[in-house]
Amino acid sequence: MADMILKKNALGDFLKSLSGSYETFGPKQEDGEVKFAPVDGEVLLDYQNSRLSPKNFFFPQSERMLEFSADPAAEDAFVMKERPAAKQARLLFGIRPCDAKAFAVLDKIYRNDQYTDNYWFDKREAATLIGLACNRPCATCFCTSVGCGPFHEEGLDVLAVDLGEDILLKPLTDKGQKALDAAGGLAAADGKAAASVEKLKGEAEAAIQSKVAVDKVAERSVMELYEADHWAKVAQRCLNCGVCTYVCPTCHCFDIQDEVSGTAGDRIRNWDSCMSWLFTMHGTGHNPRPDKTSRVRQRFMHKFKYIPLKRGGDIGCVGCGRCVAQCPVNIDVRDVVRDMNA
Amino acid sequence: MDKRTEKIREIAKRLLSEDRVDVVLGYGPGTVPLRNAPLFARTPEEADKLIWDSNCRINLANFLPRTKERVAVLAKGCDARNIVNHVVEHQIKRDQVYIVGVPCQGMLDPEKVQQREGRFIESAVESDGDLTVSGPGFETTLKLADVLRQNCQTCVHRNPPVYDELVGEPVPEQTDIDRYADINDLLGKPDGERYAYFQNLVKDCIRCYACRDACPLCYCHVCFVDEHMPQWLGKSVDPHDVLTYHILRAFHCAGRCTDCGACEAACPVNIKLRQFTRLLEKDIQERYGYEAGMSLETLPPLTVYRPDDPQEFIK
Repeated sequence: MADMILKKNALGDFLKSLSGSYETFGPKQEDGEVKFAPVDGEVLLDYQNSRLSPKNFFFPQSERMLEFSADPAAEDAFVMKERPAAKQARLLFGIRPCDAKAFAVLDKIYRNDQYTDNYWFDKREAATLIGLACNRPCATCFCTSVGCGPFHEEGLDVLAVDLGEDILLKPLTDKGQKALDAAGGLAAADGKAAASVEKLKGEAEAAIQSKVAVDKVAERSVMELYEADHWAKVAQRCLNCGVCTYVCPTCHCFDIQDEVSGTAGDRIRNWDSCMSWLFTMHGTGHNPRPDKTSRVRQRFMHKFKYIPLKRGGDIGCVGCGRCVAQCPVNIDVRDVVRDMNA
Repeated sequence: MDKRTEKIREIAKRLLSEDRVDVVLGYGPGTVPLRNAPLFARTPEEADKLIWDSNCRINLANFLPRTKERVAVLAKGCDARNIVNHVVEHQIKRDQVYIVGVPCQGMLDPEKVQQREGRFIESAVESDGDLTVSGPGFETTLKLADVLRQNCQTCVHRNPPVYDELVGEPVPEQTDIDRYADINDLLGKPDGERYAYFQNLVKDCIRCYACRDACPLCYCHVCFVDEHMPQWLGKSVDPHDVLTYHILRAFHCAGRCTDCGACEAACPVNIKLRQFTRLLEKDIQERYGYEAGMSLETLPPLTVYRPDDPQEFIK
C-alpha cells in the first residue's frame, strides 16, 4: 500500500467519484456548527472538531433492534423479529484521529470473549473511514496523554493529511486501499510529501499543551481511587446532566425499550447516561449509585480505571476534549484525572 | 481586578469568618475561555478564588433545594427571583439563605462571540465593557454589549428585588424594552406553522436534560421523563417524544420562570429553549399580572385558586 497525493482543488471530484460505491459523509458547517452530513461536493478541511462525536453512525442515539406485533389477536403477537440491517457501504471523510481511536476502543468493548454486538459491527464493518490528521489541535485536546495523537491511525482505513496545496492519503487497511483504488485520479506520493507529513505531525504534537499524567492511576488500587476525597468536590457542582456522556465518543451505554404505536411494536435501544439516577435503579427500588457523587465518580473511574483494567491497559478516553468544552459547569476531565493521579 | 470581584471576596470572607454561613456559592475561574465554574467556598482561602465576570450564566439558585447548610449565594436579578421562588415554594427557608445580590449588566453569549469571530478562540479577557478575544494569529476587541445573551438584552430586572446585601450600587433598569416582539410574531402565525417552528427548534435535541438539570425550577425528586412505573414518555429521539418533553417542561415552569437563561447556557446543541418558556411567561403576565419571584409575599398564580381568576381561555 503506497501513499497517494490528491490535489486539494480536486477533493470535491474525489469525493464525488466515491459516491458511486459509497454513501459519503463529511464535515460541513450547518446552523453555525460542524456536523457530519452527506457530501455533495465541498467539505470543510479547516475545522477543529464536530460538536458531537460521529459515534452516531454506528451507535445511533435511537436504534430499532427488533420489531413485533402488539395485536393480541395476531398469531405472532409479541414475537420479536429481527429487522433487516442496512448494509449500505458508507464512507466517512474527515473524521478526526481521536474519534477513530474511540471506534477502536468501542470495537474492543462491543466484542469480547463472549459476545459480539452485531448492531455496532454491522454498520462499523460496512464503513470506510478516511480520517483527517489534526494540523491545528484545540486548546482542550489532550490526546497525546491518553495513547492517541493528532496523527493517530488506529481505527482508520485511510489517514489524510492536509499539506497545503495537496492532500496526502495514506491507506492503512485493505478497505482503505479499495476506496483509493475506486477513486482514481491520484498520484504517487514522493519523499518530499512524507517529510512534510513528519514535520506537520511533530508541530501538531508539540502544539498540544495539555498534559495529563495517568501513571499513578494505573498503580493505585480500585478501592483507593474509589474512596478518594476529591469525588465529593467534583460532585458538588455537577448537575448530573448527560452532556459529557452524550458528546463523548467512547461513552457507549444504552437502555432498551419497547415502544408500541397502534399494533406496531419496536424494540429500541437508546443512548443512556451513568449521570442519571434511573440508569442504575433496580426493580427492587434499590439504587447502587444513589447520589451525585457515586454517579460522577463512575464516569471517570470507568474511563480511566475500569476499562484499562479489563482491556489490557487501554484508556477509555481519547482526549478529544468535547466534555471539557461542553460541560455547563466546567468540570474539566483533565483536572479530575490530575486529582486521581495526584 | 473587577471591583465587584474584590467586594464579593470581602463579603464572602466576612460571612465565613463570622460563621454567618457554612458556604458561599459563587463563581470561580473556568478552564476554557468564556466559561467559568460554580465555586463552593467554605473557607476564607477558598473565598479568595471567587470572581465576577460576564460568564456567570449558571443560576446558582439551582443548588439550593435540599441543601442542609446555611448558604450565601451570589445572585443576579434573575437568580435572586429564583431564590424568592424557592422560598415561596418551600424549597429553602428564608433565614437559611443569605442573598448577596449583584446588580447585573448582562452576561455574554459565547455562541454570539464564536459566530462573530468564526475563529478558534483560545483566550478571552474582559475590561471596561470590552471583550478581547484571541487565538492563533489574531486578537480582536468586541463590545460586551454587542454579544450579550438575548435574555440579558431584554432584561427588565437587573437588580435583585430581594437581598441581604448588595455588591455595589444598583444599576439603572432598562426601559422601553419589548420583551416579546418575536413571540408576538410567532403568535400571529397559523397553528401548523407554529407547530413546525417548535419542532424545528428541538430537532437537534439529544435528550441529555442539561436544560432541566441547570434549571432552578426543576427540583422534582422524580422528573416526569424519569417516571418509570408507569413510564409516561418514550426515551428515543422520536420527534413527538422530544417535543412533548420540551412543551411539558415549559408548562411546569409557567408563572415561575425568571428568564434567567440557564437552560440555554447549559444546552450543548444551542436550542433556543426560552422560546417555550417566554410564551408562557407572557401569558401569565397578561392574564394574572404576575412576574415570578418579585416578592416573598405573593404566591405564583398557578398554585392558588381565586374566584376571579381569568377563565375565558378555558374551552
